[in-house]
Amino acid sequence: MIVADRKSLEEILAMVENNKKILILGCKGCVTVCNVGGLKEVEILASSIRIARKKSGKDIDIDINVLERQCDREYVAGIKDTVGDYEAVISLACGVGPQFLSEMYTDQTFYPGVNTTFFGGATEHGVWEERCAGCGTCAIHLFGGLCPVARCAKSLLHGPCGGSSDGRCEVNKDTECIWDTIVRKKMEQGRLEDLMGVRGPKDWQTARDGGPRRSIREELIQGNI
Amino acid sequence: MSELKSGSNLEKVLKAGHFAFTGECGPPKGANVEHLKEKLAHLKGHVDAVNMTDNQTAVVRMSSLAGSAIMIGEGLEPNFQMVCRDRNRLAIMSDILGAYSLGIRNMLCLSGDHQTFGNHPQAKNVHDIDSMQLIALVKKMRDEGKFMNGEDIDVPPKMFIGAACNPFADPYEYRVYRLANKIEAGADFIQTQCIFNMDKFRDFMKKVVDMGLHEKCYILAGVTPMKNAGMANFMSKFVPGMDIPESLIKRLKGVDKKDQAEEGIKFALEQVEEFKEMKGVAGVHMMAIEWEHMVPEIAERAGVLPRPAV
Repeated sequence: MIVADRKSLEEILAMVENNKKILILGCKGCVTVCNVGGLKEVEILASSIRIARKKSGKDIDIDINVLERQCDREYVAGIKDTVGDYEAVISLACGVGPQFLSEMYTDQTFYPGVNTTFFGGATEHGVWEERCAGCGTCAIHLFGGLCPVARCAKSLLHGPCGGSSDGRCEVNKDTECIWDTIVRKKMEQGRLEDLMGVRGPKDWQTARDGGPRRSIREELIQGNI
Repeated sequence: MSELKSGSNLEKVLKAGHFAFTGECGPPKGANVEHLKEKLAHLKGHVDAVNMTDNQTAVVRMSSLAGSAIMIGEGLEPNFQMVCRDRNRLAIMSDILGAYSLGIRNMLCLSGDHQTFGNHPQAKNVHDIDSMQLIALVKKMRDEGKFMNGEDIDVPPKMFIGAACNPFADPYEYRVYRLANKIEAGADFIQTQCIFNMDKFRDFMKKVVDMGLHEKCYILAGVTPMKNAGMANFMSKFVPGMDIPESLIKRLKGVDKKDQAEEGIKFALEQVEEFKEMKGVAGVHMMAIEWEHMVPEIAERAGVLPRPAV
C-alpha cells in the first residue's frame, strides 16, 4: 500500500490560518490502513484544530467526511454539491487525493494533510517499511525476492557496498542491509552463482526518470472486459 | 596482461613486477590551487600514482577531474577517482572522455559514500549505475571503443581500470566473491580499504590466492598511518566499513601523546614490510590522510625509494 506520515499540527494550522470554514476529507484506502487518513484521524485532526484555534481566539467551523477512495473520480464526484461550501479543504489522502480533487474542483483550495512517503507494509504494529520503488521493471526474483532498488540506500545491483556491517546499512543502523540479506539467502541456498557476473545497466525509462507515467489497458478502454 | 592497456606509469610499474607504491590526495574545499600544489609537491617522486579523491565522504570539494589535471601539470600521475553517487551515465561517460583528453590514464571506479555522511545530506543521489557496472563500462569504452549504448567512440579512452575492495565489510564470506566479480567486470587493479586488522587480511588474501585472483589483477593493500589514538577511535566509530582492532588502539594509547604519531607510522611500516612478502599483494596504497608531508619520510623508511622509472 501507499504509506504516509502525519504532517505537524503547526504546518496544517498555518495552511488554514485565514480560513473560518473548512472541510477535512479522509480516504478509506491505504491511508486508513496505515492509520493516517481514515475516519479516526480525520476526527482527531478536526478536534486538534478546533482546540488550537479556540485557544488563539479564532474559532473555526470544521466539517468532516471520508471518501471511499480519493484516487477515483467516481467517489471524488460525491462531494460536488457541498465542496463549494468551504473556504478550503484538507485532504488526508496520499498525494493522489488532493490532486484528483484539485483537478475536479478547480475553484477550491485543497491542502495536503499528510506527507506521502513510500510503497510498503507494516512489519509490526505501528511500524511501516518501504518495499517497492515503483521503478516499472520488477526483477526481485533475481535477488531472492528482495528489492535492492527500493531497499538499498544506493540502489546497487551488485552489493553489498563496503559500508555493510553486521547486517546493517551504513546510512542508518536501524536499517537492514538488504544486500547482506540477499547474499546470506543465496549462500544458504547454495546458489551464490546467481549473484556472479555483471548485470546490464538498468533501463530507468520505466521509472520516474522517463517522465510522468501512464498505464493504458486497451481492453478496458474498449469495454471488452 | 601482455600488452599495455593504458600505458600509465602505474600499469608499467606493476607489469614490470615492481612493488607498487601509490599515494592519495584530497582536492581543496575551494579553488585553492596553490594549496593543492603544495600537497602534491610532497608526493612527487615518492609514489607511482596519486589518487585524486572524488567528493570523499560526500563532502563537496574541487572536482577530482580538475584536481587530476592540475596534478598532471605538476608532473605527477593521477589515479582519477569517480563515484556513481554524483553522476548519471551521460556525465560518467563524458567525464571519462574528458579525463582521457586531459592525459589521465588511471581511474578508480567507486559507488561513493552515501550523501548523508557529507555536508549536503539534503542532496538527491544518482546511482544510475553502480561501481560494478562502471568498471564494465570503462572496459567497454576502452576495449570495444563503444559507448554504453553501443555507438562508436571517436578515439576511445584507454584507462587502467581500478576498483576498491573492503575485506572488512560484511558478509565477510562473500567479499572475495565480490572481488572476483569486479575482476571479471574488468578491474585491472584493486586498492583495498585501509587495513588495520592484519589477521583478517591475511585470511582474506589466502582466499584470494586460493581462487587465483591475484593472477588476474594487481592487488594493492591499503595503509593509513594513524596520527594518534584519537584518530583510531574516531575512524573506528564513525567511518563506515572500518575494522580497527582494540589492540592497535591500545598500542597507540600505550605511548606518550607526543609519540603516538611515530607509533602509528611504525605500525604502518610493519604492515608495508609484511605486504612486501605477502603472496598476492602487488603493492601498497598509502593513504596518509591530510598528512601528505609525511609521505617522503614514510616512503624512505619503508624502503620503497627510489620509485622505479619504467
